[in-house]
Amino acid sequence: MSASSAGPILELRDVSLSFKGVKALNALSFAVARGEICALIGPNGAGKSSLLNIINGVYRADEGEVVFDGAPFRRIRPLEAARRGIGRTFQHNALFKRLSVIDNVLAGLTRHSRTTLVEHAFGLPRDLAESRALRARAEDIIEHLELTPHRGTVVSTLPYGVQKRVDLARALVGRPSLLLLDEPMAGMNQDEKRQMSRFVTEANAVLGATVVLIEHDIGVVMDLSHHVVVLDYGRKVGDGTPRQVRNDPDVIAAYLGTVH
Amino acid sequence: MSSAETEAAADFVAPGAARDWRGLRRALPLGLLLAVAFVIVPLAGTDYWFNAILIPFLIMALAGLGLNLLMGYAGQASLGTGAFMATGAYATYNLLLRLPDIPLPISLVLGGLIAGAVGVVVGLPSLRIKGFYLLASTLAAQFLLEWIFNQYGWFSNYSTSSSISAPKLAILGQDLSSPVGRYLMTLTAVVAIAAVAARLVKSQTGRAWSAVRDMDTAAAVIGVPVARSKLSAFFVGAAVCGVAGALWAFAYLGTVDARSFGLDRSFQVMFIIIVGGMGSIAGNFIGSAFIVLLPILLSQVSDRLFGGTVDAGQLANLQRIAFGALIIWFLIKEPAGLAALAERGWRRLRPSGTAGPERGSRPGNTGKIF
Amino acid sequence: MAFLIETLIGGLLSGVMYALVAIGFVLIYKASGVFNFAQGAMVLCAALTFVTLRDQGLAFWFAALVTLAIMVVLAIAVERVVLRPLMNQSQITLFMATLGLSFVIEGMSQLVMGASVHELDLGIVDTPVEVGPILVSQFDLVAAAAAGILVLALSVFFNVTRIGISLRAIADDPQAALSIGIRLQRLWRIVWGVAGFVALVAGLLWGSRQGVQFSLTFVVLKALPVLIIGGFTSIAGAIVGGLIVGAADALAEIYVGPLLGGSVSTWFVYVLAVAFLLIRPAGLFGERAIERV
Repeated sequence: MSASSAGPILELRDVSLSFKGVKALNALSFAVARGEICALIGPNGAGKSSLLNIINGVYRADEGEVVFDGAPFRRIRPLEAARRGIGRTFQHNALFKRLSVIDNVLAGLTRHSRTTLVEHAFGLPRDLAESRALRARAEDIIEHLELTPHRGTVVSTLPYGVQKRVDLARALVGRPSLLLLDEPMAGMNQDEKRQMSRFVTEANAVLGATVVLIEHDIGVVMDLSHHVVVLDYGRKVGDGTPRQVRNDPDVIAAYLGTVH
Repeated sequence: MSSAETEAAADFVAPGAARDWRGLRRALPLGLLLAVAFVIVPLAGTDYWFNAILIPFLIMALAGLGLNLLMGYAGQASLGTGAFMATGAYATYNLLLRLPDIPLPISLVLGGLIAGAVGVVVGLPSLRIKGFYLLASTLAAQFLLEWIFNQYGWFSNYSTSSSISAPKLAILGQDLSSPVGRYLMTLTAVVAIAAVAARLVKSQTGRAWSAVRDMDTAAAVIGVPVARSKLSAFFVGAAVCGVAGALWAFAYLGTVDARSFGLDRSFQVMFIIIVGGMGSIAGNFIGSAFIVLLPILLSQVSDRLFGGTVDAGQLANLQRIAFGALIIWFLIKEPAGLAALAERGWRRLRPSGTAGPERGSRPGNTGKIF
Repeated sequence: MAFLIETLIGGLLSGVMYALVAIGFVLIYKASGVFNFAQGAMVLCAALTFVTLRDQGLAFWFAALVTLAIMVVLAIAVERVVLRPLMNQSQITLFMATLGLSFVIEGMSQLVMGASVHELDLGIVDTPVEVGPILVSQFDLVAAAAAGILVLALSVFFNVTRIGISLRAIADDPQAALSIGIRLQRLWRIVWGVAGFVALVAGLLWGSRQGVQFSLTFVVLKALPVLIIGGFTSIAGAIVGGLIVGAADALAEIYVGPLLGGSVSTWFVYVLAVAFLLIRPAGLFGERAIERV
């Protein structure tokens, strides 16, 4: 899609972040290749979510820079990140809880809207045409993620696993070039995890989104991803293909060994 | 849930002819209501009904609608309602006074737009702060604007008395100063604005407002322009309140008086949306009916019970207690407001086969804003 | 120059009394996350009860004790009837409930005890004291001293005692505090009771200054800018905020009002507070929360 399609879609260069003196990320560097599924793993408190928050501008890195699509930045505003094509789901439920599924998904299309307040207020032709187009896109994603039975339901009444899928739909509908998924399968049973894995694979293969995801289930990670980055206490302790990482003694010592 | 939202659901669920049919079924009660309001009421109503009940009811519902768009839909708590109403009233007054060639409806709209512009300025702190801090900053606007209108004579055309009489009301040479005329003018304005608002809240703008209300960080991350949404909510909300203020001055009181747009008015409008239901268009009308009728009802009841022995001061105290207790009761028992109660009753009344699209049970609108 | 200093001192002394009202807010906000709009109504209720009892011929201390008992009963009732059913609601919902509560308390107080203005004489001599060329109101001095002592006592109480520690635990992390056995409902009753006591003292001081009447409830409107400047969660902030608001209010009335051609006391401190907010969005002493998503 982009002119600089040769290099990695995302690159972190010596990114550091601390909260009240506690280092959450320590001079972290790695690159995500265009079109891959990259998993971030590591124990709780390793700084994974903070990293996603830096990539799409919720936090600002103390040091270092992030290069997205060839453009380096120290700080990007969340809205700007979304406009440039970074999509995101959340670890804890961050849906618009009083809106229906379809409205949540439509909200994910806001950045594609070109109409104005006045057109919305009076239902002018441009607004009507655009609403139809956006609605068609939303319906498409809803069908794709098998959310059709829930489309009109207010999201706060839905089961947790379904809400996670709505979150994915809301992020995917904007056709992001980079999709950040924060524990998309947390709290799910095996069936739900399989289903979610399939959706993530499809988002990657069919819709062409590069995926960076955080996941604790090592089995899922090894099956799903092309590339694994291991974090521990804000440092990178492993970086490679699933097979390389699985056999890396440092990683086993820092993380895999202690958990299993 | 407002009827407008349900309608929105019906619009896209049912395809083709079925949709038209259902749309008609839904539109029918509303059409009947409008027919009664525009045709039957003007013929049957008495001056007392127009002056003491219907006109204030409609105007306060409109003010409630303005605050509801801002607070119920966009989640921006405000106690500046009175100031927005005052701005609309003084702006319209000055337009009528200084540019008499502009027809009345256009002056009303312009007055609303000026109030909306003031609303944007008042809303600027919302880009930095939220919650009670924001509420307190709207209070600053409330007090400052109230003071400005009182302090500087230009706004009231250097009138010596503290209140100024409104210019004569006329549209296209048609005199509207009779109670029926003022009622019809108010009704037309309220219906037109409510129709626009109903459109707006289910448009991309309204969705962005609700997204900001429910989770502003997530909204920004998925590409909702949070700052612009907040300011547009302040603009629209204040503009609607502004028109309500102008109508209050011209169609109800007949004078422009800053004292009728004080902090108490702001609280009263907030009460309307609590009782009626936040995030509901119809709720504003129910809430407004409630607060306009309750004092009348209470004084009637006390007349019956005590035969007029209760003096006005004690009656005012009883009213305060009843209002306060009702606010608490509503927050505890029916946090989604009377509109949700009515919606549930309405649904129960209709046979399930024709109940329209299944939207799932809507949870209590808990008024959670922060 | 002497006049400026006089104005400033007068303002600061009133500021201590604003701080007193603001502390009532801070206590309740820290314990339950409730912005208690009914604090003003509680001030009115306490003062009205006290003067009514005094009019019935009760001795000063006895009247104060009975009033305090009534305020504690009120606190328990509020916890039971209003707060408990709204336990898991949002802050704005709770705020609106206290708005309703203030209507009920104001209405009840005036229904039972009347709406006329009562004189309240605390027996403080109100002749100005001369300090060099500067005149200071003796009443203001005594009132500020009383308020100051109470403020200090409360800060000590909430920093040292078990209740204070529980309170801070609740403010930091309600879930964790509950899980280690802090009894939230009891704590709320205590805090509302203490707020009732603060309302009594504030009611007596303000009431003897301007008469016991409905306008006492407006002290809530003066306390709000104090809270914005100092932050909703800091007792120290309430004190500093109170001094800033008191001084700014007094100085603005003398030096800004004439420039604009009228009294600016309704709005000046609010605009000042908003200016503070735009620089420090969580108040001078409040901590900015880290957003977690």
